[in-house]
Amino acid sequence: MSEALNAGLALFVLALAAWMVVARDTFAAVVGFVAYGLLLTLVWVQLHGVDVALTEGAIGGGLTGAMLVAAAARLRRTEAAARAERPGWPTRAAAALLAGGVTAALAVAVLALPVPAPSLAPETAANMGATGVGNPITGVLLAFRAVDTLLETTVVLLALIGVWSLAPDRVWGGRPGPRHRADPNETLAYLARVLPPIGLVVGVYIFWVGADLPGGKFQGASIIAAMWLLAVMAGLSDAPPISRGWLRLALVGGPLVFIAIGAAGVATAGAFLAYPDGLAKLLIKAIEWALLPSLALTLALILAGVPERPAR
Amino acid sequence: MAAVMAPFVGALAAFALGGRNAQRVAMLTILAGLGIVAAAAHSGGGLVYLLGGWAPPLGIALRADGLALAMMLAVAVVVLGIGVYACAGFKTPPGEREARAPFVFWILLLAIWGSLNLVFVSGDLFTLYVALELLTFAAVPLVALDGSAETLRSALRYMLYALAGSVFYLLGTMLTYGVYGTLDITLLGARVAANPVTVTAVALMTVGLLAKTALFPLHLWLPPAHAGAPPAASAVLSGLVIKGSWFLVIRVWFDVFPGVVTMPSAQLLAGLGAAAIIVANVVALRQERLKLLVAYSTVAQIGYLFLMFPLAFDAGAAEIGRGGALTGGLLQAISHATAKAAMFMAAGLAYGALGHDRIAALAGVARALPLTVLTFALAGVALMGLPPSGAYVAKKLFFDAAGSSGQWWWELVLDTGGLLTASYVVLVLAHALVRTDAPIAPRKPVPRIAELAALALAIASLALGFVADGALGLDALWGKLTLSDLWSAVLVLAGGAAIAAAFARDLPQIFGGAGRFAFGRPLRAAAVAVGGAFAGADGILRRWPVASLALLAAAFAFGAALLAG
Amino acid sequence: MMDTATLFGLCAAALVGLGLYAFIVNPQPLRKIIAFNVIGSGVFVLVGAVAYRGGAAGWGGDPVPQALLITGLVVAFCASALAIALLQRLAREAESVTLASDAPAAPPATPE
Repeated sequence: MSEALNAGLALFVLALAAWMVVARDTFAAVVGFVAYGLLLTLVWVQLHGVDVALTEGAIGGGLTGAMLVAAAARLRRTEAAARAERPGWPTRAAAALLAGGVTAALAVAVLALPVPAPSLAPETAANMGATGVGNPITGVLLAFRAVDTLLETTVVLLALIGVWSLAPDRVWGGRPGPRHRADPNETLAYLARVLPPIGLVVGVYIFWVGADLPGGKFQGASIIAAMWLLAVMAGLSDAPPISRGWLRLALVGGPLVFIAIGAAGVATAGAFLAYPDGLAKLLIKAIEWALLPSLALTLALILAGVPERPAR
Repeated sequence: MAAVMAPFVGALAAFALGGRNAQRVAMLTILAGLGIVAAAAHSGGGLVYLLGGWAPPLGIALRADGLALAMMLAVAVVVLGIGVYACAGFKTPPGEREARAPFVFWILLLAIWGSLNLVFVSGDLFTLYVALELLTFAAVPLVALDGSAETLRSALRYMLYALAGSVFYLLGTMLTYGVYGTLDITLLGARVAANPVTVTAVALMTVGLLAKTALFPLHLWLPPAHAGAPPAASAVLSGLVIKGSWFLVIRVWFDVFPGVVTMPSAQLLAGLGAAAIIVANVVALRQERLKLLVAYSTVAQIGYLFLMFPLAFDAGAAEIGRGGALTGGLLQAISHATAKAAMFMAAGLAYGALGHDRIAALAGVARALPLTVLTFALAGVALMGLPPSGAYVAKKLFFDAAGSSGQWWWELVLDTGGLLTASYVVLVLAHALVRTDAPIAPRKPVPRIAELAALALAIASLALGFVADGALGLDALWGKLTLSDLWSAVLVLAGGAAIAAAFARDLPQIFGGAGRFAFGRPLRAAAVAVGGAFAGADGILRRWPVASLALLAAAFAFGAALLAG
Repeated sequence: MMDTATLFGLCAAALVGLGLYAFIVNPQPLRKIIAFNVIGSGVFVLVGAVAYRGGAAGWGGDPVPQALLITGLVVAFCASALAIALLQRLAREAESVTLASDAPAAPPATPE
């Protein structure tokens, strides 16, 4: 039964991917992408990766999808010119041949993966006790491979700086994105009033359980960011000017706390990002609490986009 | 660890404080970081640092070996040079609390530096992936710093092509995990064996990294991106950023899969390098704009960085190994980092003074900006590989390795490359040295400190030869340079001048007359036609569909060459 | 019938190929960004399959690759965000946003 379900799921995923490739209209392809993200969430569940499924739903499908929808709407006018540049059949044939070749090579590789599969699961399990947390993913992300997570928060911040760097000079320090005004009686405004409190609770809950159950800061932060964005879109709230001191501090606060706790590890536990015995869970929680607001704010501002209006 | 984290902490602090403080924080961080790196280099290599106290395969280790320390030191010096240079160009204008370009530049400079240090010391393939992405995300905004449509397009092309490269690298990394259950470089080096999945992984990782390094023919994004950025940013991009993914190729080939890579694959890698040297140098010679010429020179110099792979191959053990060739490659990279940064800085100063960078209209620059032209000349000498530059010592090491392994053809490539490099350096200097009737008045005052910073880097590139000569105990320079070395240097310059007279598009008058005299019209016309054909081929290769097909084709070529061993 | 890991592993291989094809031939940059996400999702599903194969110690999957996936997804999001921002800014500055070549028109080659 589950085999048939999986096969159907895989076929559906492939069909949607093919749709995104061939669809004439970019907007149609984007809509396909959002549905694709939802399907992938199911794939992750089937592959026993609930944490990954949450991330995919929140960030992969959710936030990326939202960005693509907005961009596709804005880029409508460039469609016709782009279509005229479609390469001729020799290029397409060569592309199909080579891309097909990559698929074939990967398929061979998948079939040739060794049995039994190597795994770090036993080793993770043996060392989870030292971290004090119950969710192995959290253990990997904040203890064994904490540096990856630290770098990842830097990546997110760099992406934001990259987006800001595209602002025209005269509005530097101004507010991102257009000012939205919505009819207060519209559905959007209604949703924007009702959903954020619920979303906030859900986001914090997902974050809160992350230590022991599937969930965590990135997933929680993206839900919170999405809620704030909804409020902005409905005109209930406005994006802050990017020159605000409190904003800058809030953005770097999480990573700086992370680094500070990591550096304290040098003195107290003998290595950068090491936690002293018994304090591991507490410190991991502290890092996550510090990262949550910074991440939510960074993601929200990335979505809000390039500064377009003076701060006034 | 401190060397990696210091730039990141600096970047965060610069971001939080903003405004004029961004520059102050950046300069302080650069000085502190240089000190940390120098101290680490002084205490010697071989350091292993377990992050969080967790040992691989579960944890992540940082390893500061000799290669990493040498690169970190070199990068710190170049960052300092660029930082001093940029103090004038990226200053927050008086009366403004914060300006966009300086704010972004100083933060990204630190971020690039931190990412590079991480690339050099990280012992984990996935952490390296994140570091590579950090590097790309920090580099792309630098390309489009001026916000014009042209640079935005170059930045987007760079971004998307680099993303394809990182996806390939990640794919190879994860296949490797699927087979060996670890991402640690040392553990992998002991476990790997040649089998289909491993070969696929190596091919994918290599090609992905080559796309990010812009090795010919995967260079579509580099010339416009590096030529369009502000000069200080070009120096960062050309001198430093591409060295990150290049260094990873070394890690992958020498440390992760030494027993898997084969001689044919190494020959293929160096073959692409040779093609880069020939094609990009000729195309450089035909550029009308100085910054594009320098950018194409980078494409060619990237080629040099890959010549060492077959030379490092130990035929007896049928394995790639560390030795003279690898040291030579490293020297070449450091030499290029310093010289190319200096060259872009000099080109930027000339641009600032003239308001344009058309090579044919450089007359009078030597009189107006003697230091800048001297910088360009010295950096050019370093790029040509003339003594006493670091590239000269590197060339010696390559020649030794080529001689002992009977691969004479790479010597030929090196010599041809030197001649071609000499040709465009001579061409630019010939234009710049033309006297004008009236001295040209700079449109903007040229900051002396910036001129000196560029000159210092050019001199560093030359002095590198002495440093390396002493450190490696080669004893090839002091008192060893003979008359014949001098002769060959003169020959390179003369040959370069002859090539310039044959191929270049615009020639200064005396030069053009000499060219016609030496070659006659038909030969000159033929040379121009050949040059045009090279430029045409380059134009086709740099079209998006062609370049991305080349990316996939290269992956298959490497797969085949790896299986052929 | 094949097991779950192999099934999704092969599905991943096909996704990478589909994405690569679109990445090469579709001239609209936004479609290239979507294609990048399809290639990326192919890589991630492959990692998911690798993690699934490594399930042990009472867990359905190897937590290390699963954790890497979360990092990878966030990095891919950032990449898309930066690329989309660049594209939108380009669309505001220029008529055409396509990327086939860098210069609208190369100056003609004129010897001497």
